[in-house]
Amino acid sequence: MKIAVQTQDFDLGVEVKAISGDPKIGAVASFVGLVRDVQMTLEHYPGMTERAIEKIVGEAKGRWQVMDCTVIHRYGALQPNDQIVLVAVASGHRGDAFAACEFIMDYLKTQAPFWKKEQTAEGARWVEAKAADDKAAERWK
Amino acid sequence: MKLKVLYFASLRDKIGKDAEDIELPAGVATVAALRSHLRGRGGAFESSFAEKILLRAAVNQDMVPPTAAVKAGDEVAFFPPVTGG
Repeated sequence: MKIAVQTQDFDLGVEVKAISGDPKIGAVASFVGLVRDVQMTLEHYPGMTERAIEKIVGEAKGRWQVMDCTVIHRYGALQPNDQIVLVAVASGHRGDAFAACEFIMDYLKTQAPFWKKEQTAEGARWVEAKAADDKAAERWK
Repeated sequence: MKLKVLYFASLRDKIGKDAEDIELPAGVATVAALRSHLRGRGGAFESSFAEKILLRAAVNQDMVPPTAAVKAGDEVAFFPPVTGG
């Protein structure tokens, strides 16, 4: 299992390969989140961030077969189209891999302490949390 | 005994500081009570910690509800709802 909070970019192919070695693994599901058409800065709470992601992954492991897993979340200055987040889950079969990947992503959105500040023509503004993200996390309860 | 209080994102910008050590006031034993105490400082604290402002809190780096206990030596963080991912 790998959890990384970092400023540098990541390579999806490299990360998927790194969790695909076990011959019992039959499925790897991955999600990559991208910056839309804005410049932004991502802030986080060092220490708590890693801990929160570990808890989310631990919960996913209790629900589905997760044989290996990588979560990478970037922070700092990001440009349009940059990769922000990667969740990749390796499992025996696709059902568990898809479900665990979506669950981890939904929980990251509401539980991991990151905040986006967008640079707009009118100046910088903090992004407001969306009720839809709370709903997405709620449905797993 | 003191506790460490951290502020993040828009909350930090509004109150103009990211961390402070505060003497735990008598009778403050929960996150909600600490929030009221900070609101009572007035000025930017009063508006930033007003009841209608949606804030989250963490005690020792775990996100907790307002009813959670706080004690001397804890690291307590206040921040707006998260927007990562």
